[in-house]
Amino acid sequence: MSIQLSKVEKHFGNYHALRDISLAVEAGELIALLGPSGSGKTSLLRIIAGLESLDSGEILFDDTNVLTLSAKQRNIGFVFQHYALFNHMTVAENIAYGLKVRTRKNRPSKQQIEEKVAELLQLVKLDHLATRYPTQLSGGQRQRVALARALAVEPKVLLLDEPFGALDAKVRKDLRRWLRNLHNDFPITSIFVTHDQEEALDVADRIVIMNEGKIEQIGTPTEVYEHPASPFVYNFLGNVNLFKGRLHQGTLQNGDFSLQLPGYEEVQIEETVGYTRPHDLLISKQKIPDTVTALVTHIHPIGAVVHLELNRIDTNEFLEVEIPQEYFRNLEITKGETVYIKPKQMKVFVEDYVI
Amino acid sequence: MQKTSVFKKQKPFRLPGFSFTLGFSIFYISLLILLPLSMLLLNVTQLSLSEFWQIISDPRAISSYKLTIGSALIAALINVIFGTLIAWVLVRYDFPGKSIMDGIVDLPFALPTAVAGITLSSIYAQNGWIGQFFDFKIAFTPIGIMIALTFIGLPFVVRTLQPVLESFKKEEEEASASLGATRFQTIYRVILPTCIPAILTGFTLAFARALGEYGSVVFIAGNMPFKTEITPLLIMTKLEQYDYIGATAIAFVMLVFSFVFLFSMNCIQWLLQRKKLQGGRA
Repeated sequence: MSIQLSKVEKHFGNYHALRDISLAVEAGELIALLGPSGSGKTSLLRIIAGLESLDSGEILFDDTNVLTLSAKQRNIGFVFQHYALFNHMTVAENIAYGLKVRTRKNRPSKQQIEEKVAELLQLVKLDHLATRYPTQLSGGQRQRVALARALAVEPKVLLLDEPFGALDAKVRKDLRRWLRNLHNDFPITSIFVTHDQEEALDVADRIVIMNEGKIEQIGTPTEVYEHPASPFVYNFLGNVNLFKGRLHQGTLQNGDFSLQLPGYEEVQIEETVGYTRPHDLLISKQKIPDTVTALVTHIHPIGAVVHLELNRIDTNEFLEVEIPQEYFRNLEITKGETVYIKPKQMKVFVEDYVI
Repeated sequence: MQKTSVFKKQKPFRLPGFSFTLGFSIFYISLLILLPLSMLLLNVTQLSLSEFWQIISDPRAISSYKLTIGSALIAALINVIFGTLIAWVLVRYDFPGKSIMDGIVDLPFALPTAVAGITLSSIYAQNGWIGQFFDFKIAFTPIGIMIALTFIGLPFVVRTLQPVLESFKKEEEEASASLGATRFQTIYRVILPTCIPAILTGFTLAFARALGEYGSVVFIAGNMPFKTEITPLLIMTKLEQYDYIGATAIAFVMLVFSFVFLFSMNCIQWLLQRKKLQGGRA
């Protein structure tokens, strides 16, 4: 089922939680709502689910307006961050719940329910734990029960509120792979909320990046990572180095160094910021023209990548550089050494400064 | 072999202070509860078995047991129903005067029972504020006894249920709704089962309290032998006639009944818990 949101607004008292949210989700897509806490992503998900009301705007499921429908009538599956399992029911009873509460006319027979539960238990690989109670399961197992329970009612839309937020790093990674595979096998339109960039980039077909109740950018993981639409998105998706300076005739003047920026020849700004990812910085031990001089203050080798923390000599600002392990070994950089830095590419957001 | 014996000798870890605190607890309970009870037992043993049986199976005593247990049971059940409702209202809704209402619930705890008894009997007497609207007598009948016992038992259910309802997560209700359950189904299938242990505890406390209640009942009961005479009053009457042995014999019956009741309620709670644990072993 496709989902269409247009001009959704929501206030909590004086707090403007959602501002003019419009979003189209195609049938069968897996969408991530990504943003820092307080960005309105969970409120938006709850509004789509019908667990929260909105002030104005429209929500269409397949061209049907669902605003007047309650959560019970929207035919959605909702997965909560803290599982929200029914602790007095066994795993099997939890999964069967959505089918058992149907009116007699729509309720499958006892045997059909049992078959459905068995099938779902197999899907989430918990068949051996059917008679356990939720309190006897680990966090990852509980979340899989919650997923099976949501899937039991065969929802047209699956909504997940930080589904892996309460789990530890390893389980989290396993579960999100599993969710990705599940979605490949059963392409239910799904929206999940997360504040973890890596998770969103890893799992989602498209990412909706939110900040302070607004949508900052919508795009595929590659699009949002490589072509961030705003400084916020650039900052939020991964680490970044800032070069504050004056942009004039396609050259950014920053401290002791200047950099040619192709494509910005027409723009002239007195104060702007250039953004560069840590892996887009060139590092050298020989002095070459138009480079930044910096001191190496920290070296963290993490797997295949070495993270360097540098201190600029001219502005005393902090820089982050990431280089491959092999390259690092060839350079033979040590702590306290002076190195020369040059951005391989840089992004300047002009629109923000036009006003 | 030697190795295993070494391991067996190792003591399991306990929080420090175990022997002292346990010792003190046993001493305290013995002094406060077991000593008076053994006194009771000792008094009863002065009777021969047939004498004892004669006293406790006296028709007047039997009708007092029936009245006491029956009215306490009905009062406790009424408290379960309305106490649950009040706890729900106090936890789930915000309204002006909520904290006052919350405080009033405790009044039956604090009020001297005699005051409660006198007040209730004057209200429910045939010319009282409420009693005048009814064709039948309320005060000085078993109905009056039940009203008094309901009055003193109310806080037990409300106060045991309140924290459980407060800790109930809103998400579980939302999950239930998103799975297609109606509001009634959510309450009946999700919220109520979570509250059952607390409701049982509240019921046990209210019932146990009602069994031993004396002060408030004597004023509203009328105290007619065979009709409105409760067991605690019967004991009191015997004491006033210097029949200490007879009084202890009846008291002993009440004691055994209370003990059996509390013990079986604990067993029920334990069974409910065990059912959960057993599920895991399958």
